[in-house]
Formats: sequence, structure tokens, C-alpha cells
Amino acid sequence: MPDNAEFFPLTQLATRFVGQLTHCRRLGLQVLEASEHHVLIELPYDEALIGYPDTGVIHGGVITTLMDTASGSAVVCSIFDKYKSLELSPTLDLRVDYMKPAQPHKPVYGFAECYKLSSSVAFTRAIAYQESIDDPIAHAVGSFMRISPELIGKEFQQALMGAEHDQ
Amino acid sequence: MTSNSVEQSPLDVKEIVKKATELNDFSHLLAHVPYAKFIGMEVSRFGDELVFQLPSKDDNIGNPTLPALHGGVIAGFMEMSAIVQLMVFMQTTKVPKVVDFSIDYLRAGHHRDSFAECKITRQGRRVANVNINCWQTNRKKLIATARAHFLID
Repeated sequence: MPDNAEFFPLTQLATRFVGQLTHCRRLGLQVLEASEHHVLIELPYDEALIGYPDTGVIHGGVITTLMDTASGSAVVCSIFDKYKSLELSPTLDLRVDYMKPAQPHKPVYGFAECYKLSSSVAFTRAIAYQESIDDPIAHAVGSFMRISPELIGKEFQQALMGAEHDQ
Repeated sequence: MTSNSVEQSPLDVKEIVKKATELNDFSHLLAHVPYAKFIGMEVSRFGDELVFQLPSKDDNIGNPTLPALHGGVIAGFMEMSAIVQLMVFMQTTKVPKVVDFSIDYLRAGHHRDSFAECKITRQGRRVANVNINCWQTNRKKLIATARAHFLID
């Protein structure tokens, strides 16, 4: 998989954001790339996530979680790039279409973009795939509510900014 | 991430549902699905109704400073609820496959127990449409509502 973190300056920010989310740590989600345009996250295969015991295919809910996390991260990156501020945007709605089951014992990649940022809502689309982004497992569209940067909380903000911004 | 420890044998859904109905213990159904255990969901039967529960669990938290449930966990819980509802009431022979899933988040999911109920809106020969509602302290104050299509056989 391409892992060009040095070309994507927001990778560290997105990594810290996803790392803050307890359930994502539990799933082992790893940010591979993040820029003002996109976020790419890897979901490793784990038998604890199986939803179809006769085939070993992971549960759709895990794909939804990957899509929600990747889309939410894309919103955080997009807002940070445009306004140099950190906002936490709760998901308003998310629709996921499942094209085919994820093959067992292989990671799933989630690629998300925030394609429109309006004053109160952020719009996203995302694709989940394994071998190639042109052969998707699932496609998602979502919208996220923008809330004031003051509501993010000091603790969470510091965790997102990381050590290099500490005074 | 290790492999080969889970046996992947064909699942006799009809037989499992039959047994669960006889024993009136539908947790039996969830025991076969690792993801249901992963998020810790449970199910109870009240007469003809199934009510699904997601007891509060630290691992299901998204943002720890609020703290709030991860939206994806709520979606996974609701999707699994719909699958069980279909297996029990439509007596499918296989685990229904999700085709699409659309969720609206209405309120923040707090770090406490959540509940879900499903309504099979329409069942055709190949596809079923299911509505799922999820709440926490008050059944009238939904935290999320979703609709989904499933392929059945």
C-alpha cells in the first residue's frame, strides 16, 4: 500500500485524532495518509470482528465504523486546513452501500474526502476497498454538523495538537 | 489478526433459530457472531417483540472526553439487531446480507446502556427493508434511527 506520510502533512493530526477514539484503538485503525483533501485509514483483519461465521467475513458494522471514522477525520483535517482551528463534528447521517463482502484475513482500507465545507455542515464521501479503489467493497456518503471550536475541550485539543505544539 | 482458530463451518441458521425459540433464549443466536460479542450486545424477548441491548462498555467509546459512544458502534449494533430480527421472524436459512444501511444520528449516544428495536417494513422475495430505532433512557427520545436493505434467500 502507498504510505507517503511525508507528502501528506496532516497525517500526524489525523493519527492523533483517531488514536484518541477508544473504539478505534480497539479496532486497530491506522491512519496511512491525511491531507486537506483526503484521509486513508487501514483496518486490520481480526476474527473478533466476524459477522458471518460461515465465511469469516467481517460485520458490516465494522465497515460503517471505518467509514464514519475516516469521514470524520477528513472533516477535522479539512477544517484545520481552512480555518487553522480544531472542531469536533458529530455525524448527522451516514449512508453506506455494500457492493461485495470484504475478503477474510486481509486488511480493509477506507478512503474519505470532505468535498464541501459549508458554514454549518460538512459533506463527505468515502470508499472502502481491499485490492484496488476501483473495486470497492462499500461506498458511503455522510454529513457532519459543525460545532464551535470552543466546545472541543482543552484536554482533547491538546491531545490533537500533539507534543510539538506544547508551550 | 491470527488466523485459523475459528472454525468456518456452514451455519444452520434455521436450526439455531429453532433452538433459540424453543429455549426462549435468543442470546444463543448472538453467541455465534464474534462481532456481537466484541461490542457486547444482548437480546431479550418480550412476547412477540425482540429488544436488543448494548450495555455500556468502555471499549465502545469514541470521544473519551465527552464521553460518547462511537457512532459506528451504534450503527453496527443496529445493523446486527436487524439481522437477528430477520433471522427470527422471517426464518431465513442464511445470515441476511446487508445491501445498504442509512443512519441518522439524532442525539449524542452517552456512555450508558442503549436499546434497539426493529420493524420489518417490507419483505420481498429477495430483499427486505428494515427500520431500526435506538434509544437510551427514554424510548421516545431516540438517539438514532436507521433503515436498511438486506438480501435474504
